[in-house]
Amino acid sequence: MKMTITKLFLELGSEIMQQIFKFLFQIFFILSLYVAQVTADEADGTKLSNIYKNIRCLICQGQSIEDSNSDFAVNLRMIIKDKIEDGLDEKDVYKFLREKYGDWILFKPSFELKNIFLWLFPYAAFILAGFYLFFLVKKNRMQ
Amino acid sequence: MRKKIIFLINFFILIFVAIVFYKGLKLDAKYSTEDLVGQTLVNFSTTTLNNSSGKLSNIDIKNNKYSIINVWASWCGPCRLEHPIILRLSRHKDLNIFGINYKDKKKNAISFLNKFGNPYKKIGLDLTGFLSVDLGFFGVPETILINKNEKILLKYVGPLNENDYNKIVSRIRE
Repeated sequence: MKMTITKLFLELGSEIMQQIFKFLFQIFFILSLYVAQVTADEADGTKLSNIYKNIRCLICQGQSIEDSNSDFAVNLRMIIKDKIEDGLDEKDVYKFLREKYGDWILFKPSFELKNIFLWLFPYAAFILAGFYLFFLVKKNRMQ
Repeated sequence: MRKKIIFLINFFILIFVAIVFYKGLKLDAKYSTEDLVGQTLVNFSTTTLNNSSGKLSNIDIKNNKYSIINVWASWCGPCRLEHPIILRLSRHKDLNIFGINYKDKKKNAISFLNKFGNPYKKIGLDLTGFLSVDLGFFGVPETILINKNEKILLKYVGPLNENDYNKIVSRIRE
């Protein structure tokens, strides 16, 4: 009789433990899904924010569409969000906007042959100035 | 001799930087539409103001020698200012005027047209503002002149004035 009761308790105990494990597993599973979703949303938000910051609001020209609340900026934010959700990448979005509004819409100019000087001049000037300083210091030391 | 060369190099760099800055200061930092003139109109289709089953699309543009697309709204002050010019343009035989009614209430748009006159052959609706961006507009009013091949010939940001009217008319008479 005593043996049967002990066995019953043991069986009941393992069943309760099983239920607890099942419950904990479900909780962890739901939590991990939630965390993954939040992380993905944050990554998307950062990506969108970076795109918005590079697009000039044509109504209030000193501001990006990230900072502006003009009708145009609000429209563009919605359109860009839709395009990114449709699977387009940053370059496609810029291409779309440049076709509509020209290079002026982007704060960061594209790297092309026509504006290669704009991109390379600061580096060239920096390197030349470095050489100049190096030789100047070397000459002074030798003297 | 070496010192002279270094002096000359420095002098020319200084002159170059001065010219760049001077040009930069003179540069007009306003948005220009010149890049868009010469482009082909994108494919679009939208419902019309007067008839919810009617459509305004590229087909309407292809049917005319010259077309104008004018973005307007009843709540837009400058649109009232340019409206007499749009009305005058609508009297030209080779030119068809199409409107895009931007983020407006149907009732207000109709009463605007009843009050000031309707120069438009068809009026497409843009309730969200998405169509206007697709067509390369960024505000109201804006106007583009297009030929039969859907090529954008002229583009105006803001209300049309007398000079713009003359330019459009001389363009369609070419």
